[in-house]
Amino acid sequence: MTAATTDSTTDAVPSGAAFPRLLAMEWTKFRSVRSTVFSLLAFVVLTLGLAALFTWLTVNQWDKIDADQRAAYTRDPVGNILGGGFFLGQLAICVLGTMVITSEYSTGMIRASLLAAPKRTPMLAAKGLVFATVTFVVGEIVSFGAFAIAAPMLNSKVPVSLSSHGVLRALLGAGLYLMMLGLFAMAVGALVRHTAGAISAVIGFVLVLAPLAQLLPGSLGKHVHAYLPTEAGHLVAQSVQGPKDLLSPWQGYGVFCLWTAALLVVAGWLLKRRDA
Amino acid sequence: MIEAIGLTKQYGDKKAVDGLTFTVRPGMVTGFLGPNGAGKSTTMRMILGLDAPTSGTVTVNGRPYGKAVAPMREVGALLDAKAIHGGRTAYNHLLALAQSNRLPQRRVGEVLELTGLTQVAKKRSGGFSLGMGQRLGIAAALLGDPRVLMFDEPVNGLDPDGIRWIREFMRRLAAEGRTVFVSSHLMSEMEHTADHLIVIGRGRLQADMSVKDFIARNSEQTVTVRTPETMKLLQLLAAKGARVTNDETGLITVRGATPQQIGDLAFENQIRVHELAPHQGSLEEAFMEMTRDQVEYRAVGAGGPGGPVAPGGPGPYGPGQYGPGPGGPVPPQNPYNPGQPIGAR
Repeated sequence: MTAATTDSTTDAVPSGAAFPRLLAMEWTKFRSVRSTVFSLLAFVVLTLGLAALFTWLTVNQWDKIDADQRAAYTRDPVGNILGGGFFLGQLAICVLGTMVITSEYSTGMIRASLLAAPKRTPMLAAKGLVFATVTFVVGEIVSFGAFAIAAPMLNSKVPVSLSSHGVLRALLGAGLYLMMLGLFAMAVGALVRHTAGAISAVIGFVLVLAPLAQLLPGSLGKHVHAYLPTEAGHLVAQSVQGPKDLLSPWQGYGVFCLWTAALLVVAGWLLKRRDA
Repeated sequence: MIEAIGLTKQYGDKKAVDGLTFTVRPGMVTGFLGPNGAGKSTTMRMILGLDAPTSGTVTVNGRPYGKAVAPMREVGALLDAKAIHGGRTAYNHLLALAQSNRLPQRRVGEVLELTGLTQVAKKRSGGFSLGMGQRLGIAAALLGDPRVLMFDEPVNGLDPDGIRWIREFMRRLAAEGRTVFVSSHLMSEMEHTADHLIVIGRGRLQADMSVKDFIARNSEQTVTVRTPETMKLLQLLAAKGARVTNDETGLITVRGATPQQIGDLAFENQIRVHELAPHQGSLEEAFMEMTRDQVEYRAVGAGGPGGPVAPGGPGPYGPGQYGPGPGGPVPPQNPYNPGQPIGAR
């Protein structure tokens, strides 16, 4: 990077190196805004703290909760450890994911970005890759961290270790889920282009609409709910497939990936077509 | 070099830019003039590939902006002040842009130095004043040391110091042989800065010529005469076919006669003359004349053509800095509300 000089002609710049340059730009943009760093920090602290709190409460109340709940906990310890904390913590990823792109529109930065990188689809791809990598790493830190905190506390009631059935996959899956959720939010952000609208849409969907689909009557509701992006996607963060789940963990994650990919394609296409 | 051919942008059934064809050449400052809403910003955005033209083409150094591998090395642009994430420091903002075009990191320090922002490089840009924001925008434009520079309304909202700085800066860039394309709706500002003018009104090309030619073609010379024998001189001048207006203060404004002719006429008729001053029409006047019909949103009740001619005084933009100074040319009534941003950009 520092070897290049200003007097070298533009033709001397190999076009193949374009994507790494975009990655460098997006990484600099991402890390140099305090709000992203704080959001991620808040996400880590909140999720780890809540996981510890809920596990402690469960262990304390173990003899008072009914047998069904205990059975569910024993069947899927990872899902339950991550449970409440993850459910709330994922909101930070939703907000961050939409803001990664909508903040460029709200500040006008998008024009500076597009002047620097007029090829728009690669720019969106670079942004997505940087953000996905960050959320994946942070997601894994949180899921393995939560497990490391909660498993010893839980040991007297539900002995569980990394080698237990489905545990490793579920912990990895939690990071994968967050990564895809971040991309999903980013795609919505790129489509909507307004921070408030995009955040409302993503959080409204993840927190309210998708869970509500369970209330649709009969097998229609069951099928609709099973194939909704986030509802299908979070199956991968459970130790075992639940008795009511239509899809296996990886099938569910595949469905989530397809949804996200479709949204990203539309977002990329619109980004190219629309005036910035 | 910027070349536009038949450039058109249509929003719904309204043509914001309508068949613009022009060339912006290197080595001089080319002013891009038009009233608010004339299509200047839209044109600039199309040049930079931010907006897609409905029809027509525009190239920078022979190819569309979006096709350049490292566009910042070819074109630098300041579109709007503070198109920056306020939470990012000036340094990091420039660093990100530099990385995208594979510019060396030391360029960031250089342009910060060049624009006088070194002291605030590590400060978050959200706290910057408008002038500092403009400077940061200019620093970004200069990062790639480009041959072509574009500035959209660079002096908007700046204090006199900032205006002088930008003006001198643009002149210097042009003197270095670069192409400098700068838009403004302040005609008098362009008079001090530009060598060449491209004037548009309602998206259509109105003029494409040097500043000198523009003034010569679009305004006439007037002469103000101060004399105690107003009526006598008035009648004599009118008899010679000159168009004359006067006011109660003993000042006569004459069109269609040179100071020499007026002086001789007064001398031959033994009329005492206390003042005899020629005024070349300003760019402001010429521009008003040209775009009078093109102003999209006219303030209701504003005087039209043929309004009373006021004695020379501070222009509508205030004295000195960018208006015609005291005793300067007589500006006609501004057809739209001066200093009032009208319509969409």
